Amino acid sequence: MRILDEAAIEAIAIGAAILGTGGGGNPYIGRLRCQQELKRGRQVRVVTLDELPDDARVVAVGGIGAPVVGIEKIRQGEECLRAMQALEQLTGAKMDAVIAFEMGGSNSMAPMVTAAQAGIPVVDADGMGRAFPELDMTTFSIYGHVSAPAAFADDKGNVTVVQAAASEKWVERIGRATAIAMGGSAGSAIAPMSGAFLKRAAVPGTLTQAQLLGEAVLHANRLHQNPVDMICAREGGRRLFEGKIVDLQRRLEGGFARGELTLEGFGQNTGERGEIVIQNEFLLFRRNGVVEAVVPDLILVLDHDTGHAITTEVLRYGQRCAVVGLPCHPLLRTPEALQVIGPAAFGIADVAYRPLSSSQPG
Amino acid sequence: MFRIGVDVGGTNTDAVIMQGRSVVATVKAATTRDVTSGVQQALSAVLASSGIAAEAIGAVVIGTTHFTNAIVERRHLTPTAAVRLCLPAGAALPPMVDWPADLLAVLGEHVYLAKGGNEFDGRAISPLDPDEIAAIGRDIRAKGLKAIAISAIFSPVDDRMEAEAAAILAREVPEARIVRSSGIGRVGLLQRENAAILNASLIALAEVTVDAFADALRACGLTCRFYVSQNDGTLMDTETVRRNPVLTIASGPTNSMRGAAFLSGHADAVVVDVGGTTTDVGLLQNGFPREASSLVSVGGVRTNFRMPDMLSFGLGGGSIVTSGAGGVTVGPQSVGYEIARKALIFGGDTLTASDIAVALGLADFGDRSKVAGLDPALLREAKALMDAGVEQAVERSRVSATPIPVIAVGGGSILLADRIGGLEVIRPPNFAVANAVGAAIAQASGEMDRVFALTGGLTREAALAQAEAVARDRAVAAGAVAETIVVVEREDVPLAYLPGNATRVRVKVVGEMAV
Repeated sequence: MRILDEAAIEAIAIGAAILGTGGGGNPYIGRLRCQQELKRGRQVRVVTLDELPDDARVVAVGGIGAPVVGIEKIRQGEECLRAMQALEQLTGAKMDAVIAFEMGGSNSMAPMVTAAQAGIPVVDADGMGRAFPELDMTTFSIYGHVSAPAAFADDKGNVTVVQAAASEKWVERIGRATAIAMGGSAGSAIAPMSGAFLKRAAVPGTLTQAQLLGEAVLHANRLHQNPVDMICAREGGRRLFEGKIVDLQRRLEGGFARGELTLEGFGQNTGERGEIVIQNEFLLFRRNGVVEAVVPDLILVLDHDTGHAITTEVLRYGQRCAVVGLPCHPLLRTPEALQVIGPAAFGIADVAYRPLSSSQPG
Repeated sequence: MFRIGVDVGGTNTDAVIMQGRSVVATVKAATTRDVTSGVQQALSAVLASSGIAAEAIGAVVIGTTHFTNAIVERRHLTPTAAVRLCLPAGAALPPMVDWPADLLAVLGEHVYLAKGGNEFDGRAISPLDPDEIAAIGRDIRAKGLKAIAISAIFSPVDDRMEAEAAAILAREVPEARIVRSSGIGRVGLLQRENAAILNASLIALAEVTVDAFADALRACGLTCRFYVSQNDGTLMDTETVRRNPVLTIASGPTNSMRGAAFLSGHADAVVVDVGGTTTDVGLLQNGFPREASSLVSVGGVRTNFRMPDMLSFGLGGGSIVTSGAGGVTVGPQSVGYEIARKALIFGGDTLTASDIAVALGLADFGDRSKVAGLDPALLREAKALMDAGVEQAVERSRVSATPIPVIAVGGGSILLADRIGGLEVIRPPNFAVANAVGAAIAQASGEMDRVFALTGGLTREAALAQAEAVARDRAVAAGAVAETIVVVEREDVPLAYLPGNATRVRVKVVGEMAV
């Protein structure tokens, strides 16, 4: 068990935004919300999976909605807490800890806020080890957790409980529709999981990973060292490309921001062309027409100079980026996982998943 | 008709007289502590040197860092109440939540959250409660506050609640200056609200300053209209400056870039402005500075103002050059305004970038004999360092491989090589007063940034057209001649996860001022 201070929260916001592969919400607002809880005298306590009793009841919470709503409609603050409490009422038992669905700008912070409010710890793990666009794309769902009953709460006091769902995908569909009715964003919580299940199914240590990553980037910034090299060295990542954004196409399809990013290489990639396929997150990277990384491996688009993540909604023409590939966690590479989060699940039919090799084996 | 451009900088106040597209007269005067007398001196000097009668001047445009400095130095700011219409949402992060403590101490932490605000699609989060707003107004009045900033969630989508609340507060606190966030920024509540609060705190200063500028003009016999230039290179009439002084922030670098575009005749170029201490590098597109996309901090407050995407680094005419075991360094320390005393060529004892330039024969001022004995290896190395720094900044500013020229402006631009990174360097006439020229040629703009739901037959094209029409109206309201208006930015961003093809559309137009 450890207690997070303001500096740790800042580092987690930066690191989680990097692991968020373009999605996961605004890191600055997430960070401010955590820091507000500290100002109110609350604590963010973190427990590791090992420290979690097998019979602990752990609830996954997070925001569901569009990132642009997140930067305008600041939350009431207890949406996720109310969703969690609705489940406590329904099941008649208190939750022992909170866990994140995903690592990403604000959705890595939402569980920390809820945990501080409820006076329970947050687990150093999550259900993706990165960010994905949908609620059912977690290792929790993939490895057998039934998310219903799930609860969705807004700022006004409305709470919707999905008592039962025909599949995990239906929880996402109903939750998404509910969030839109609630004003484009809502807090969500799914049926509790046991400590024993999470030890098997959660991606472990990701809050600490995000924190160390954020600290490494801040350290590199301070010393004017190359933050992208630092990130690659830490995470076993591969520099895939460096280039400027020369084209950015975005369109709305099925409620998602889909698009394609074209980069013109500089430095080692002078004369080359990079392309990235987007569906809220970065899904696929091609160099000169050849696929070099594909979901569920992590494709990071970083500011070439600062190493900070460039999330999909703030991409713009002319930005100088470093594209880095990180191997995803082994839990995301199994056949059952690839059915839910492999290329085909995102409509990329012509590309088979080939694991990205790490630059630093082990 | 003639036009005067004035740039009030940290060291110098420059003034130019222009007739149509030609520069008729230029002058540099010292900036004064009270700003106004420096402006008056520059105006009378430029009029005297040109021999042009004050009656022949059609307009004066002033670029000033006065309001930026007020925020940065926490001086002359009015304590301000922040009223946000949001409840029950919005409570997680109240207004000014991340402001520096010393600025909060000056403005006071007078924060009010009230019912109101809209959802992304225009529905009310909760109805506005007039009694609640009136009670807030009475509390503000009891505290004796004279400035109020009102924000509402999604007011860029629907600003009616802000307007209604403003009307109620105006009745309850008739002596207060009231600022609405919807008039001052785009989607992104915290940053828009920050801008509104800063703006409210500057209004009293703006009123005094605009009056003082008017006095300075009158003292020089100038009876024409005058304008103040804005951060994006467009200008505001004095009424707008009184209402939105915060929009003048960062107008200085913008003016030098716009002036560079004008003087060189290039609309697409990299501009390198070398001053005494720093070099600012930015990209011109369509004759305007490229805007920064990330958040810009003003005196420690995050805002989403339109500001040029500039790269600043520590190289200027006064940069101190050292050599030792670690090799040669140039800057970022500078002798600044003391260059006329400290540089070797002026009889001082400090080796500066200007000394290097003179020793290498790139420039000819001061006493060249004082630098005759410098080690050629040192000169070469220092020059290589300067060139590399500039080349790197220029390279970072480019957004395509298409070769574009580099325009060198500012007094220190003599340091620059004739080619930078394979690009041609252009040194336009009057390069030293490019910023005052930029002020003189400022244009009027209008902008629209709103989330549209592309349903019920509303196409993307129709939404863009609607946005453009609003932007055009706003430009005309700001003084542009309708026939000269052109679109300079146009983007649409689909909003993830929302159905109904919710799309954020941003259009900006500019046009020539009616003079």
